[in-house]
Amino acid sequence: MALKGVDLSVPAGQVMALIGPSGAGKSTLIRCVNRLVEPTEGTIRLGDVDITRLTKRRLRSARRSIGMIFQEFALVDRLSVMENVLSGRLGYVGFWASWLRRFPAPVVNRAFELLERVGIADQIDKRADQLSGGQRQRVGIARALLQNPKILLVDEPTASLDPKTSRQVMRLLVELADEHGLAAIINIHDVALAKQFVKRIVGLRDGVVVFDGSPDELDEVVLTEIYGEEDWSLPRGRDRDEEGVEEEDAAAAVATGSSERPASAATASALGAEAP
Amino acid sequence: MSTATATSRIRPRWHPKPSIRNPWLRYGLFLCGLTYLVLALSTIDVNWGRVVQGVDRARVLFAGLLRPDFVSRYEFIQIGILESVAMTVVSTALGVALAIPFAFGAARNIAPLPVYLACRAIIAVSRSFQEIVVAIVFVVMVGFGPLAGVLTLAFGSIGFLGKLLAEDIEDIEPSQLEAIIATGGSWLQAMAYGVVPQIMPRFVGLSVYRFDINFRASSVIGIVGAGGIGGALNTSIARYEYGTTSAILLVIIALVYAAEYASAAIRKRVQ
Repeated sequence: MALKGVDLSVPAGQVMALIGPSGAGKSTLIRCVNRLVEPTEGTIRLGDVDITRLTKRRLRSARRSIGMIFQEFALVDRLSVMENVLSGRLGYVGFWASWLRRFPAPVVNRAFELLERVGIADQIDKRADQLSGGQRQRVGIARALLQNPKILLVDEPTASLDPKTSRQVMRLLVELADEHGLAAIINIHDVALAKQFVKRIVGLRDGVVVFDGSPDELDEVVLTEIYGEEDWSLPRGRDRDEEGVEEEDAAAAVATGSSERPASAATASALGAEAP
Repeated sequence: MSTATATSRIRPRWHPKPSIRNPWLRYGLFLCGLTYLVLALSTIDVNWGRVVQGVDRARVLFAGLLRPDFVSRYEFIQIGILESVAMTVVSTALGVALAIPFAFGAARNIAPLPVYLACRAIIAVSRSFQEIVVAIVFVVMVGFGPLAGVLTLAFGSIGFLGKLLAEDIEDIEPSQLEAIIATGGSWLQAMAYGVVPQIMPRFVGLSVYRFDINFRASSVIGIVGAGGIGGALNTSIARYEYGTTSAILLVIIALVYAAEYASAAIRKRVQ
């Protein structure tokens, strides 16, 4: 799986939906932003920081400003709701404090506030695996927000939810991004849902941006270009061994430089492995 | 229905496929195995005279076992049992503590390759020797007594827990770990939040189970001088005091049952 010449910039406060067929590179793209997947070429910038050049230690502290929300929620099942939310703060506390669950009082208070905001304040001490899908995604959102992020990476937030809960979760995400002035990238399969809630949609096909515009511009012609039958049926293994770049930018700074180079074998396989 | 019977009649006959297709090889292997078994049996020299004598001795043994005698060697038994329990507790604690780093090191999804190979190698060594063999080595190294026993059992626990726990770590749900890494937590924090909660039930279960195993083993390794009740057991047999032997066996059975019951109760709670 690869991305080629992706050049995007998301200003603070903007929610961008990323659509495209399975295997188009949506997941790879957002995982490149916090380097859960290492991009082979190009730059990713968050504000003034070039994420791609950071050392491991610096990367960890940069990740604190990048909140991530997952398709299957990715909560730690055996921990309580509160512990899951507080885990969003791990980048700020020492090991022993986190091991003993001794988080600073203001952080705990903030966690309470966020749980109230997302509407699950009554479930605080329940184990995460006892919640419904919608509730679990709310915990995931609270965890991401407790990080005090500048940007939210949201990977298929509604794919495991029913239509009603999906709408509630999307509404919540958009509202929260607005309240906190966050940039957000939301990978989403449900085009109708994307059109309903966000103002900017980017279409990705085969690792290439083929559409970038408002929901109104996303007509059938564009949809065919993004989801064209032939592309749908492409076997995943046949994907080009090319690797690109994508660009991120939460507050101001403009992204540059994208290139098309054969990926190293290691990267190609790493990216391929993470394809859904 | 008539059509169904009609179609079934034209179908070819079906047999399950033999696991070895070549009939010569199949029956040849079977014949070789049988021949070896017969030959092997013939090398075991059964001295019927001694078997008959043995029946007599067995009667004395079992008669003694039916009359357990807790009293005449009371202190002897008590010291041995207490020593076994102490050895079990200490060796399990030590073994578990030492096994944890090896378990993380031996999990391929977490450890870098060189660490993984080193940890797997140590675990393999620990697992390849039976307690008695290890006990003999430690008795030679540190002398007779419970210290050799503790080291033996702790060493065995590392291999046991290290391997099984490593497998559990390899089976964790990776997205939970990924989410913790994505928050910017350190490696240790990622382990503490992304891995430990997932392996906790199995960790507790395995530790308690290993406690069980260590107690049983502690009654055996005493025979080679590594401390514990095994020494007393051995001595009582050597002195033909089968009543005492029986008493010791009964105490061991009771304690093993107690440990098993306790471990089952604990494991149920941590699910």
